[in-house]
Amino acid sequence: MNFTLKIWRQENPNAKGGFETYQLSDISADASFLEMLDILNEQLVMEGKVPVAFDHDCREGICGTCSLYINGRPHGPDSGITVCQMHMRNFKDGSTITIEPWRARAFPVIKDLMVDRQAFEKIIMAGGYISVNTGNAIDANSIPIPKQAAETAMDAAACIGCGACVAACKNASAMLFVSAKVSQFAVLPQGKIEAKRRVKNMVSRMDELGFGNCTNTYACEAECPKNISVSHIARMNREFFISKVTSPKKEV
Amino acid sequence: MIKLDPKVPDGPLAEKWNKYKSSQDLVNPANKRKLDIIIVGTGLAGASAAASLGEMGFKVKVFGIHESPRRAHSIAAQGGINAAKNYPNDGDSIYRLFYDTVKGGDYRSREANVYRLAEVSNNIIDQCVAQGVPFAREYGGMLANRSFGGALVSRTFYARGQTGQQLLLGAYSAFMKEINRGNVTFYPKREMLDLVMIDGKARGIITRELNTGKIERHSAHAVVIATGGYGNVFFLSTNAMNSNGSAVWQCYKRGAAFANPCFTQIHPTCIPVHGEYQSKLTLMSESLRNDGRIWVPKKKEDAQRIQKGELKPTEIPEEDRDYYLERRYPAFGNLVPRDVASRAAKERCDAGYGVGNTGLAVYLDFADAIKRLGKSVIEARYGNLFQMYEKIVDDNPYETPMMIYPAVHYTMGGTWVDYELQTTIPGLFATGEANFSDHGANRLGASALMQGLSDGYFVLPYTLQNYLADQINVPRFSTDLPEFDTVEKDVKSRIDKIMNVKGDKTVDTFHRRLGHVMWDYVGMGRNEEGIRKALSEIKEIKEDFWKNVRIPGHPEDVNLELEKALRVADYLELGELMALDALDRKESCGGHFREEYQTPEGEALRNDKDYTFVSVWEYKGDGEAPALHKEPLNFEFIEVKQRSYK
Repeated sequence: MNFTLKIWRQENPNAKGGFETYQLSDISADASFLEMLDILNEQLVMEGKVPVAFDHDCREGICGTCSLYINGRPHGPDSGITVCQMHMRNFKDGSTITIEPWRARAFPVIKDLMVDRQAFEKIIMAGGYISVNTGNAIDANSIPIPKQAAETAMDAAACIGCGACVAACKNASAMLFVSAKVSQFAVLPQGKIEAKRRVKNMVSRMDELGFGNCTNTYACEAECPKNISVSHIARMNREFFISKVTSPKKEV
Repeated sequence: MIKLDPKVPDGPLAEKWNKYKSSQDLVNPANKRKLDIIIVGTGLAGASAAASLGEMGFKVKVFGIHESPRRAHSIAAQGGINAAKNYPNDGDSIYRLFYDTVKGGDYRSREANVYRLAEVSNNIIDQCVAQGVPFAREYGGMLANRSFGGALVSRTFYARGQTGQQLLLGAYSAFMKEINRGNVTFYPKREMLDLVMIDGKARGIITRELNTGKIERHSAHAVVIATGGYGNVFFLSTNAMNSNGSAVWQCYKRGAAFANPCFTQIHPTCIPVHGEYQSKLTLMSESLRNDGRIWVPKKKEDAQRIQKGELKPTEIPEEDRDYYLERRYPAFGNLVPRDVASRAAKERCDAGYGVGNTGLAVYLDFADAIKRLGKSVIEARYGNLFQMYEKIVDDNPYETPMMIYPAVHYTMGGTWVDYELQTTIPGLFATGEANFSDHGANRLGASALMQGLSDGYFVLPYTLQNYLADQINVPRFSTDLPEFDTVEKDVKSRIDKIMNVKGDKTVDTFHRRLGHVMWDYVGMGRNEEGIRKALSEIKEIKEDFWKNVRIPGHPEDVNLELEKALRVADYLELGELMALDALDRKESCGGHFREEYQTPEGEALRNDKDYTFVSVWEYKGDGEAPALHKEPLNFEFIEVKQRSYK
């Protein structure tokens, strides 16, 4: 297969970026999208040029590192998968493919297609955990958990933290990401103990970091490679409201 | 000259660890704040240690190559984690998990370490549930279990096909909690390039900041290497693209001996290779062997017609299928350990019965399971794996059997450690896949996660404290010391040297070539002639690399080609040591199959008289032959037998 690639190149966070066009030929339909970029980079190196920087690691859709905005969609045209799981058979032979980085104020570009997503870490740091130290745990089966609750928690916990939800959202909102973590712990008995603190702290950190708000367009759910549902946002809003109206004035 | 003292406590097996813990040295809370620990790596072993040591009050600095600790490759583990809970009431116990692990490792691991691993396995499950890890559950609210290879009981806990992800997110969340409390600092996007020693003790590291190329110095009272395995020596493996062996290798070159480098796990169920441009291989979880049946055609002509695309697997009648694992190993069937299953697949394919267009694949068939349980049950159990398969291969595994073939997955070998997980360099510890300690010559499925978390949550916090107890009067180290100057200079000159080759071949060209050599001669089947050939070819590739590699751009910038080149330079040396070790071990055991040493039925033939030891290699300088030391393995509590799964 042959392709024309229009790729965003940007030397560093402060440089002005722009699109460059490249031609690629003889690509196997069975090659993955990132393998296609590998081939392009091999060519660029041989031509003495600097290869395109892009984020990737596990190449099996679980680490959440890859983050390309392809033809106007995070993770490209197929749904329910990450870029690294997409193969060239999803594209028309001879077509032009436009590749950009995630674009959001909270995710500055590092170089070319790489962005800095450490804002997500800061949100988790604010409360995305259950405060239990190593060595304190009671026998695992002494906390029975209804299968339904465990499944709902797992649906939420499947989030890979890639940031496609932010990239897809016109407000660059991180609500789907934050709510997935809030939701996972809110439905589990272990997580209920500090649920009120957690949601308040995580939401306020999210606001501080420059993410936008949710206006219910559901683009995040549509583009999420793990099909995380917007119902978690509803649960988070509920948790947040309860927390706001029932928390004591002074926290201990 | 290194001294190998495994430091195993005396006494009965079941009391060793308790005895250690009750007699070890402790550090008081006021002194803990004055002691710094460096942890390199943020996977299960690194993140769990960071959280636990931070909770205890030590000052911990953690270094990761990603922007987030959650991207470490533990995230990709699929099937599950073992523990001896015996919740299913099927006869499991700590002893049985210990026994299965030692037998699974083909009697090439240290008894006391493995027993401790089995002992703390139950605490791991408790800890993870307390953290909110959403393990699979039964309707009554209790935890669910499934079976994995090499065991007759169901002791594997799981979270769909994403167990590694959930366990890592658990450890990561505890780690983030400690960052928030202020005891732990995370340094993102740092690659460790060398180890700094002061007066013979590990006291710091040199890193490269990957977003700017800046070379940095970091000091501490002790250093922990938790950087995973070196499977990427083979170029194609199930490891992530950034997983690498450089931290472990640099420590080796500074004096941390390397144990059993040739013990590599080739996982039987991976998606077959499809083209030369391929960048990595994808694992299909071993849990699939709970319900999938492995087969190839009984008739060679059927296999040939399938290879040509003239026949479909569904058109082959039941009586013409060879369920070779069930045939050869009736007791364990499709759930034999990984090394056995991989070798059996290779044997069938080499004999001409393989399927797929290359003939290098076998079927993993769910038709019977779907008939027995219904499609929805199979979908609930393995849905994400089936989806992953379909996206890659473009074929629906609910309708046609999956095609699978063995691929490099895990390295049992690694930095040599004693019972305390301390290497031959005082103050340098190695945990998780980076060390060699618990899996012998073959790792059982669902045991890597167990080991990573055992080391990080339950072993290192004790043993590292024991080491630090006599360091309380040692003040923090300045990074301006001459020892840091020297090592930083070494690192910079290595980078300059590689940048200045200015050749005409890409880094991947060399890596791919090395991978082919390793796979062909130091892979699933090894023999003396092949290994010697590998040694001479690796030497050629190495020479070519240092003459002709091309790295564009600058070192003080994001430079992905430079990152790869530094790693490949280390792989070229590591590959050589793997080959040397494979040559020296004149027996077959676990994943190390020397074709000269096999039983008449084609099973691995151990030589217990001459090879019941850990091969421990000591670096002797550039261009010098490494020295081989032997740690004898004494089996006091287990009778060493021919390993049988029949």
